[in-house]
Amino acid sequence: MWDYTDKVKEHFLNPKNVGELKDANAVGETGSLSCGDALKLFLKVNDSGRIVDATFMTFGCASAVASSSALTEIIKGMTLEDAEKITNDDISDFLGGLPKEKMHCSVMGQQALKKAIADYKGIQIMEKPGEVVCECFNITDLEIIEAIRDNGLESSDEVTNYLKAGGGCGNCLERIDEIIETAVAEN
Amino acid sequence: MDIVYVDNNATTRVADEVIEEMLPFYGQFYGNPSSMHTFGGSVGKKVKEARQRVADLIHADPEEIIFTSCGTESDNTAIHAALLARPDRKHIITSKVEHPAVDNYFKVLEKQGYRVTWVDVDKHGRLDLEQLYKSMTDDTAVISLMWANNETGVIFPIEEITAKSREKDILFHTDAVQAAGKVTIDVSRVAVDMLSISGHKIHAPKGVAALYVRKGFKLSPYMIGGHQEKGRRGGTENTAAIIGLGKACELAGHHLDEMNTRVRELRDYLEKELLEKIPASSVNGDPEHRLPNTLSIGFDAVEGESILLMLDREGICASSGSACTSGSLEPSHVLMAMEVPFKSAHGSIRFSLSCYNTREEMDHIVNAMVPTIQRLRDMSPFWKDGKMV
Repeated sequence: MWDYTDKVKEHFLNPKNVGELKDANAVGETGSLSCGDALKLFLKVNDSGRIVDATFMTFGCASAVASSSALTEIIKGMTLEDAEKITNDDISDFLGGLPKEKMHCSVMGQQALKKAIADYKGIQIMEKPGEVVCECFNITDLEIIEAIRDNGLESSDEVTNYLKAGGGCGNCLERIDEIIETAVAEN
Repeated sequence: MDIVYVDNNATTRVADEVIEEMLPFYGQFYGNPSSMHTFGGSVGKKVKEARQRVADLIHADPEEIIFTSCGTESDNTAIHAALLARPDRKHIITSKVEHPAVDNYFKVLEKQGYRVTWVDVDKHGRLDLEQLYKSMTDDTAVISLMWANNETGVIFPIEEITAKSREKDILFHTDAVQAAGKVTIDVSRVAVDMLSISGHKIHAPKGVAALYVRKGFKLSPYMIGGHQEKGRRGGTENTAAIIGLGKACELAGHHLDEMNTRVRELRDYLEKELLEKIPASSVNGDPEHRLPNTLSIGFDAVEGESILLMLDREGICASSGSACTSGSLEPSHVLMAMEVPFKSAHGSIRFSLSCYNTREEMDHIVNAMVPTIQRLRDMSPFWKDGKMV
């Protein structure tokens, strides 16, 4: 059994802001059925660029639901400018921490938020720049490098915990090790 | 809150009769069964009785029973001994749905240079017999196939398969940890050379198991040490637990009929109710050849860990075939090998019953499951207006 904080349990059993937001003017989607978790984030942004409402729909484990609930609570009332600065750590901290194997749930929140903001601004996010490293979960080298840089990751296990990359068939684990080596050397 | 325990393929409650049988051997009768004195010898007599009781459950001779510490040790011992007995052969066969005690050992052997055939299963979890028979060659040292699957309960046709392996002089081991006590096992009719059973799956304590070794097969020990178990497994016997295992095997024999009537009816009732009351649900595994106590059932568009944690609040203990409970990220290797679609594989739950379960408990599970699945689907981006999107 996972060692979830009381805050995670509370946001899983009684999640805030669940459901489709009918008058949303920004939507961000991430994850998929095959990955085992997915999040659809709905935002209502007013004319002065403030998030006046946020809701979510999530398929996934308890920490995925709790991370989604936490995300909506954090960003409600924020300006887009501030919301853009939200990281997966903010989501995890809000919940009193997540088991390390579940950090990818908070990353999913950050990604959905990024996509929703881009959607509002009418920016097309280039679908997956970079070269796909993990075919099971469709994760690119650039995403891996970004996660290593942002979170100070040092091993392929840690990369799997944050991005899932390498957690399926495991064929890309050597490639992930190489990316880590290069990224650490560049630092 | 009362606990509704339906996770008996994971472990079982130790039967009161078993505890009662064991307790004196943690207390005043602490002797070593190998000792020359009467004090130790009296414990030896009880160990002998336990060996007889284990043998009786599978219609074996007591000399064919070796006590071990767990199912994993039994499995590892059997495979290890088979390879030592056939040193010139470099091919081994197993299936894609084995327990890690066999699966991971075979992966290690593959790295060490053995050629491994991983036999496929179909979408119902049935073994590809044609592939299996074709893969048996003069170079095959051992075949290890489970009698019944822990996740789906699917039963493999071991009797039919061993007739072929015997013809080709290939050693055969079966992991019968899930089958023992749930279906009839008769080694006088089925040509297995080695067979593993585990105590804690049949209401004995954890930390004790047995390996059946057919007479005439000289087993090299895995645990090298003293003369215990006729030199086939070193280490002072876990006397109280062994005596408990003996009692549990006796009880399992008595309960075999109940398991295949009353418990099977409870399982079938639970299955029928869940399928009827929850749309987009489906059973994993061959309904025709399945353990009487096991139900693996998938629910579209929801995730297993979430279901389990909500059931946990209602005092219901089950398990899932989903990845998120184990720390790995893909659904279980069993459901993946069966190519269960992702939409229901991630939301698969295993209910495994025992003789202690009641009809009222099944109703409690159904009453908890219906709103749980509804609630998670209301939250799911893949579910809209009563169906998958």
